[in-house]
Order: sequence, then C-alpha cells, then structure tokens
Amino acid sequence: MIGVGKMKLYSNVLDKPLSKGKQEVSLSAFAFLFSELVQYNQTQVDNIAELERRLEDAGYAVGARVLELLCNREKGNRRETRLLGILSFVHSTVWKVLFGKVADSLEKGTEHEDEYMISEKELLVNRFISSPKDMGTFNCGAFVAGIVKGVLDNAGFPAVVTAHFVPIEGQQRPRTTILIKFADEVNACPYLLLYFILFSSTKLSGNDLILTHVP
Amino acid sequence: MAPVGPRSGDAIFSSIDRVNAELFTLTYGAIVRQLLTDLEDVDEVNKQLDQMGYNIGIRLIDEFLAKSGVSRCVDFKETAEMIAKVGFKMFLGVTASVSSWDADGTCCSIILEDNPLVDFVELPDTCQGLYYCNVLSGVIRGALEMVSMKTEVTWTRDALRGDDAYELQVKLLKQVAEEYPYKDDE
Repeated sequence: MIGVGKMKLYSNVLDKPLSKGKQEVSLSAFAFLFSELVQYNQTQVDNIAELERRLEDAGYAVGARVLELLCNREKGNRRETRLLGILSFVHSTVWKVLFGKVADSLEKGTEHEDEYMISEKELLVNRFISSPKDMGTFNCGAFVAGIVKGVLDNAGFPAVVTAHFVPIEGQQRPRTTILIKFADEVNACPYLLLYFILFSSTKLSGNDLILTHVP
Repeated sequence: MAPVGPRSGDAIFSSIDRVNAELFTLTYGAIVRQLLTDLEDVDEVNKQLDQMGYNIGIRLIDEFLAKSGVSRCVDFKETAEMIAKVGFKMFLGVTASVSSWDADGTCCSIILEDNPLVDFVELPDTCQGLYYCNVLSGVIRGALEMVSMKTEVTWTRDALRGDDAYELQVKLLKQVAEEYPYKDDE
C-alpha cells in the first residue's frame, strides 16, 4: 500500500510555508475543470435554481478560503470591518488575485439602501460557456457570486449575492453584474458588529490557517 | 514554407492566457468536496474523478495538438516525454519527469514534484483511500485514447498519503488502429 512507512516531507500541511501566490496554470486548464464542475452538477439537479445554488455553494467554499488567504498574505492579518472597506477589498484585491484584474465597476444600488453591484464585462468563468435558450437566464457566474458571498459572510457581512446578465446595446455578449444585498444586521449597529467581530471570531495568525480540508 | 517545429513547453506556456493557480486549486478542492458530500464512498469519488478527468482529456488532446504543433510520436517513449515535458507544462505550469521504463518500453512512471492541485490540502483520516489527484490519471488516459492508445494509469506514489512526490504509472495496453468512420461503398 502506498504511503506506509515513509517519512512525510512536512508532518503537517500547516507547517508548510505559504506560497507567494504567483504560480499560474493555463486558462484552458481552469476552463476544462470549471466545465466539468458545471456538467457534474447538471446531472445532480432537476432545475436551474438548484444548479445555481450548487454552483454558489462551491464558490462559497472558495470565497471563505480566499478571504483567509488574502487577509494573511496581502493585508498582514487585518480584516476589513467597514462595509465600504470590505466591498473595495472584494472589488480590487480579491478580483485582482483571482482574475488578474480589478472588477470593472462597483456601484451602489439606487432602489435599496443595502444593495451594491459589481460589474464585469465578461467574467473569466463565463468566457468559454454558452447557455442554450431553454436554460433561460442561467448564469455560471453563480460560482463567482458564491465566492463573493463566501468572502462577505466570513468577514462578518452576511449578504445574498446573485449573478445577472445585463444586455448592453452595441455589445453582443451581455455584461455580468454581481448583485449584493446585505442582510439587515449589517446596517443595524456598526458598533455591535465590531463587538461581534472582536469577541467572537478567532484571531488570524500564520500558524492557525487551515485553508482547505476535506471533510 | 518549412513546417514549424514543435515548441517547447515553456514557450507555449508563456504565450497562452494564464490564470492564478490558487483559483484553480480552490475550485478543484470545491469539486472534490462536493463529490465527497454527494457520494460519500471514497471509491466512488475516485471513479468519478477519473471519469471527469477522462472527459477533460478527450477534449484537452485537441488543444494540446493544436497549440504545441508536435508531429506524430515515433514510439511510446516519445509520447511519455511529450506528456511530461510539454503537456504538464502547458496546462499546469509544472514539469514532470519520466523514469522507470520497463523492458519493452510500454510502461513508465511520470513523476511530479510540484502539483498545483494539492496546495493547501491535507487528507483527513476518514478519506485515507482517496486519490485526490485522480483527475490527472483520467486526463492522461482520455487524451491518449483519442490518439489511439489504450492505457492504464495508476498512482504509485501520492504525497498526500505520506510519500515524497506524486508518481503516476502509465502502462500502454494496446495501440488501437484508427477506424475509418465512413463506409466506402456509401
């Protein structure tokens, strides 16, 4: 049986030094992997809403880990505690690290107080995806919406995040908008929120990161 | 005009679009986690990962042949070198090495020191039978099947289980003659 009686290189994945994050893989490798994710989930569900939810769940896991990783690496173990701070963290830092560029725009919704929108001309994950007409408004950007939700939820800003196609005149492919609707408690009392963050979440430190574990 | 010779893995990798390896790693982790939640049985997950890899491999080979411009490999030895030096570099940005050839040149080992799929991963005790990177064995099997080689790919060393590197054993079972898809008399 493999693995028996051999010395592990590092006794624990937590002792391994964190990489600088400069390693790259080809876009097509990611595109193939993402397409398999979508195809597998299509076999597990009966309708579009379920499929979007599953993609969002997958993205949520990625977002939670990205938050921990980036807070440790880029921000020196500091995490944003203000709404605008965390939104610009998502819009700039998270997008830059994951997709190689900052998001196209971050806007505040006009109809409701707690709605914000991050727009992107063409999401990286959607680049090689085309949806048949009978799937209606299904957007694989639900995966990215899940990533954003994972980051926001774990930073202490619970929100409902969805991805939508917005057709633009003069452009063949519609723009994708990630709509973020914060939960009521986010607006409630910023000091209360601060209290919860300080006293309920664990402090981040280099040795305490468990980034991916298979449950 | 003389035909363009095959390009090296590095040259191709620097000319194609690239994406952050961490997004790739975390997405793969999400896939494995979903499979474990749905299927619960580790052997089933291994099979499903292999199947997903197979689906990727049958499409990946087209891109590989298009971008790398390699000509037909003379023998299986050259094929294995191509996979390790050009293929892995082109898609995963890492180079593998080939070793342990058997007497008739049909079985070899591809060794990966660096594996972007397993950054940040540790296998818990409940999943000790899991071949986390099984998708890679499916990709190689699928890709080679599309170029008329039936192979069997198994893991001999897995760093997540305590070894020092990742080693895949690729065994050529048979060369399948290409079938002409149309009947001549129709």
